[in-house]
Amino acid sequence: MTATPAPKEASKAATRQRPGSDPAEDAQPMMRRVKTKLTSKWATAAAIIIAVVWSVPTFGLFVTSFRPAPKQVGPRSNGWWNAFLDWDFTVKNYTDVLTPAGSQSANLSQYFANSVAIVIPVTIFVLVLASMAAYVFAWGKFKGRDALFIFVFALQIIPLQMALIPLLQLFTQTLHLPAGSYAQLWIAHTMFGLPLGIFLLHNFISEIPGEVIEAARVDGAGHSTIFWRIILPLSVPALASLAIFQFLWVWNDLLVALVFSGGTADVAPITQRLAEISGTRGARDYLNPAAAFVSIIIPLLVFFGLQRYFVRGLLSGGLKG
Amino acid sequence: MEFIGGKLLQVVIALAIFAAIIGILMLVVDRAPKSVKDKVTVAGFLAPAGILMLVGLVYPAVRTSMLAFTDASGQGNGFDNFVWMFTQPEALTTLRNTIIWTILVPLLSTSFGLAYAVFIDKARGERVLKSLVFMPMAISFVGAGIIWKLVYDYRGPGIEQTGVINFIRDAMGMNPKQFLLDAPENTIFLIIVMVWIQTGFAMVILSAAIKGVPVELIEAARLDGANAWQQFRNVTVPGIRGALVVVLTTITIATLKVFDIVRTMTAGNYDTSVVANEMYTQAFRAGEPGRGAALALILFLMVLPIVVYNARVLRKQREIH
Repeated sequence: MTATPAPKEASKAATRQRPGSDPAEDAQPMMRRVKTKLTSKWATAAAIIIAVVWSVPTFGLFVTSFRPAPKQVGPRSNGWWNAFLDWDFTVKNYTDVLTPAGSQSANLSQYFANSVAIVIPVTIFVLVLASMAAYVFAWGKFKGRDALFIFVFALQIIPLQMALIPLLQLFTQTLHLPAGSYAQLWIAHTMFGLPLGIFLLHNFISEIPGEVIEAARVDGAGHSTIFWRIILPLSVPALASLAIFQFLWVWNDLLVALVFSGGTADVAPITQRLAEISGTRGARDYLNPAAAFVSIIIPLLVFFGLQRYFVRGLLSGGLKG
Repeated sequence: MEFIGGKLLQVVIALAIFAAIIGILMLVVDRAPKSVKDKVTVAGFLAPAGILMLVGLVYPAVRTSMLAFTDASGQGNGFDNFVWMFTQPEALTTLRNTIIWTILVPLLSTSFGLAYAVFIDKARGERVLKSLVFMPMAISFVGAGIIWKLVYDYRGPGIEQTGVINFIRDAMGMNPKQFLLDAPENTIFLIIVMVWIQTGFAMVILSAAIKGVPVELIEAARLDGANAWQQFRNVTVPGIRGALVVVLTTITIATLKVFDIVRTMTAGNYDTSVVANEMYTQAFRAGEPGRGAALALILFLMVLPIVVYNARVLRKQREIH
């Protein structure tokens, strides 16, 4: 299996296609050049329309989240675009949803902390365990290795829905994992994250040149030394992309949280709280956009900050041959 | 902020236990007698991930398959749950919706993603344009649900509209529409949300694949007098076939499992439920774990052909490698 080195090829294609340096382009008759230009104009227009349509919903949420509470009780009385006519913004919505004042408060800071406390250990667990397994699948020698690897790949596709009921029974009735702690969520998320993690890392780790590992072995390094000193440092790009993946996935999860968290402010993540407050209609409906924005700000920061690694991970795992 | 302390302590303890387990494992691997060292290494590196996947995915999948043939009290009832699924009008609606979702979402996301990737290829500001459409990938389904509720917001006729689409309808002299309430088209409006999320994924993968298509081929087609559409159809599309399959597969699987969008936007009411959502409702709300398990099993059977196909592709690639 080969991970397509897409970025490399992309830059190659870009240099070859530099405008003006292309002899075929210069040989084009005037008519054709005008025609290509026209079509590209339409294409650009279409692209801009799609980009606007795609961004408007999020932008609308962002503007709405800073709009003051409506005059009378109930939902707001005008659309977010009016904000630009009667210039009126406030951060009160944010302080309201974050602080634990009042019985109706969303109390999001608690749930926000839960999300952080859930996502960080899970990401570390999956990275370490998946890279260990991926290393053995790539460089270990044992009977049935390839068959087992394909089996693990196939596990990706077991719907979580299938795993939930027995797993919940196992956690509470057999293992007696403490309720009101993160343990159930950590373990469940780690279990569910492993197949994809092993698959993505395996692609990368199996591409590490065999000579590097052979040389270390000749020098007397054991498997654990090779793994921690050579494989892991060399796999940093793949580990980074998997970390982002896992982070976004666990942060954004609702299903696993609903089943395993118990729904209390001690454990439940922010998505669960958000689903709760958006599901109930009430006088404080107008706070939902601010609450939603609190929940998406971390993934957005992670996404925009680490986008390059994220995309690279998608490509090495997704594009085969 | 006193709640932070307890959460932090839990996280630190979990990480310490994890580090201890991995440390002991490495010690065992390193100290193993030479004769069995390789075997111990494979076992030690694979065991943590292997055990977690067995307990978290394989065992539950088997249990759920068995549970699907029991009634609410846990007694075997043969195929009753499946009969229910294929005869009850509500259950049939759920199946119908799931089929609509799995056809439309992959098709629309991939088409939009492909069109956008082609339009912005080598355009000015390509990276920014890409980010705008890719951004919804980072937003949770719950967050997306709240964003789109805002877009679809409905007020009675004659009142100022607060939802973007109804505002536009109003301006064009049309009556406002209850996008989420009117069946059957409300399913389409939920599907739009999923398309909004998945298009960015398709676009990123396909964009990289397009850049991998040899420029010489496109030049040759252009010199042969092929217009933009013919170049696209006869050169670009065949060149990215592999990536197209991957994108369609991944989005189809994600769509089959979709749960959060339906849950946060309509909770499956007004004839919008899908199998993944109905499974949660039956198993955890209605006290019918047997029916829930049966739905999960159906979900698995729907995904199975995709798994088999991908596993075969994977095996071929490993043989070549």
